[in-house]
Amino acid sequence: MSTNNHLDYLDELEAEAIYILREVAGQFEKPALLFSGGKDSITLVRLAEKAFRPGKFPFPLVHIDTGHNFIETIDYRDRMIERLGEKLIIGHVQDSINEGKVVEQKGKNASRNALQTVTLLDTIAKHQFDACIGGARRDEEKARAKERIFSVRDEFGQWDPKRQRPELWNLYNGKIHKGENVRVFPISNWTELDVWNYIRREKIELPSIYFAHERDCITRNGQLMAASPFLNMDEEDVVERRNVRFRTVGDMTCTAAVESYAYQIDDIINEISESKISERGARMDDKVSEAAMEDRKKGGYF
Amino acid sequence: MDILKFITAGSVDDGKSTLIGRLLYDSEAILADQLEALHASNRKNDDGTIDLAILTDGLKAEREQGITIDVAYKYFNTDKRKFIIADAPGHIQYTRNMVTGASNAGLAIILIDARKGVIEQTIRHSFLVSLLGIPQVVVCINKMDMLDYNEEAYNQIVNNYKALAEKVELNNVKFIPVSALKGDNIVHSSINMPWYKGESLLDYLENVDIKVDNSAAHARLPVQWVIRPQTDELHDYRGYAGRVASGSFRVNDPVTVLPSGFTSSIAKIEQLDADPVEASTGMSVTIHLADDIDISRGDLLVNSAEQPQVAQLIEADLCWMDTRPLDSTHTYLVQHNSKVTRCRISEVLYKVNINTLEKQYDEEFKLNDIGRIVIKTADALAFDPYQKNKANGGAIIIDSRTNVTVGALMLRSAVD
Ligand SMILES: Nc1nc2c(ncn2[C@@H]2O[C@H](COP(=O)(O)OP(=O)(O)O)[C@@H](O)[C@H]2O)c(=O)[nH]1
Repeated sequence: MSTNNHLDYLDELEAEAIYILREVAGQFEKPALLFSGGKDSITLVRLAEKAFRPGKFPFPLVHIDTGHNFIETIDYRDRMIERLGEKLIIGHVQDSINEGKVVEQKGKNASRNALQTVTLLDTIAKHQFDACIGGARRDEEKARAKERIFSVRDEFGQWDPKRQRPELWNLYNGKIHKGENVRVFPISNWTELDVWNYIRREKIELPSIYFAHERDCITRNGQLMAASPFLNMDEEDVVERRNVRFRTVGDMTCTAAVESYAYQIDDIINEISESKISERGARMDDKVSEAAMEDRKKGGYF
Repeated sequence: MDILKFITAGSVDDGKSTLIGRLLYDSEAILADQLEALHASNRKNDDGTIDLAILTDGLKAEREQGITIDVAYKYFNTDKRKFIIADAPGHIQYTRNMVTGASNAGLAIILIDARKGVIEQTIRHSFLVSLLGIPQVVVCINKMDMLDYNEEAYNQIVNNYKALAEKVELNNVKFIPVSALKGDNIVHSSINMPWYKGESLLDYLENVDIKVDNSAAHARLPVQWVIRPQTDELHDYRGYAGRVASGSFRVNDPVTVLPSGFTSSIAKIEQLDADPVEASTGMSVTIHLADDIDISRGDLLVNSAEQPQVAQLIEADLCWMDTRPLDSTHTYLVQHNSKVTRCRISEVLYKVNINTLEKQYDEEFKLNDIGRIVIKTADALAFDPYQKNKANGGAIIIDSRTNVTVGALMLRSAVD
């Protein structure tokens, strides 16, 4: 229950997340854990170890690969899978493009981020997943503040904010019709700072791009972007060597860097505690429209 | 640092959004870019100060546009506590949302507009807070600035509320005179009300005792999942995974598995990197028993010395949450901890008019209705009365036709 003083707040958040993961195992036939390579899904993996070891995870990990990843993320992913001995399923956005299901965006701000949704839904359909565990948190932004822990999606992957189920106590209703699936968010109640404090406490390794390093960058729409072959650049774009780190690890074309000298996790926690900019402020494609997140959720994005 | 979840209850325009905004703003719990957006906004109060209600605008915009009205969660923390606010609308047509928000709350802030005093909505909100068993209540008497911070007016409202609290059986009520707009007694103590000697709202929220008395609570652990690696090295490994709902379990404690009634004792308590000797309330653990008995998801482990009630016919309070009224001929599902079984509402004893607290005996159970019923379940439930042990006394009703959660049950007692 919520009111318990014997547990430290991180212990309580952890215990709640483990509880939710075990509910997924108990209630669904074919669940999956959506693994993005970011700190939130890395945290989920640690929580899954706590929930199910010495047994195997009752679900595979699923990575939707835009093909525009930071190399550091893919390295990390492959080493992690090796260590865990769990199953990894990869859905390639490139396959969706080749199959003509989606069309690559054009122009300077082209990104594959929006295309991921189709690949994700195809992957879910192909493997008939009935529950997908994700690392979204309610504090990320307004559209998520009302998200349920068990969030039902129709067969088109759509989220209907008007048809959310009441969610009482810690009783999660995972009953669905055929073709529907549930997105499950075990760390809903964590803030960005909670995640970092947990990573520090648990000594969890992260992809190196989370920490300050030197990198070639360009400035786009007021944000620092990593210069990469995936970014459509022209003469106007000036490449500069900057000292940066990333606060999220999405597609390279839409994940903005922040100038930083935070080389250690303690530095990062200090940086966030002083709260310069909230996390989603650093993800470019949410800036496209205010309601971007709500739209993407309705469309089946995580 | 620990976690306090609380709910705010008030009627439209009592100042709920302003109060939450003030709490976040004055406690410096707002992120820089949100702060920028706040200052950039051209919505201002009449006196030119920034409108803090913008910080909780999610719900408001929706209310205006008539779309989703729902529970929105907000997070902030101070050095002492992490706070989770469940922001639910207070209008009667959103009773189910308030019930939802209240189900997990350790504390309720009830907002009263000082100019209006205790009104119908206050009665309703207080009744719900009591029904859902929220352990702590703070009544914030708001807009004191509009009454020139008058002590008499405040005392009058406090006295009226105390009478109400007694009627709905609310204990632990704390009163604070505030002005959310001006910031009096929200984070900083008010210089305008020297007659008020108590703490500010934030001081109170940071320091209120939210400890659960573990020694008094009975040990309950619903089994969620059985861990059976079935590998060569771990051939006989069989761990029962679950979260301690109440009380605590220690190694060697005698346990009973319900509803089967088999008994054994705790051989080992496991976590990933530790084997604690005790699993206390809220901990997610894996339990090993001394004997090989058949246990699966849906079973409840209890300390053998502290048995819950086990019954198929149970009297309970019900809040109906679906637009389709309760159908007493329909077979629903009931979910109680990890157990799901079929059920029927076999009798409606009465409904409560939650504005006047009068009982009603005639009509059908519709959306937002609350009352007392008898539920009949296919398999027996092993439960504790909700008012004694929330963690093992709450249940939800699911309509098998739509799979939607249609009712909240607060179980009371077995019917012979
Ligand atoms: N004078 C005064 N006005 C207030 C106070 N708190 C809120 N208000 C005003 O009351 C109106 C409704 O407040 P709001 O926070 O939006 O109410 P809600 O509907 O309960 O969320 C707004 O115009 C606020 O500025 C207060 O303490 N004093």
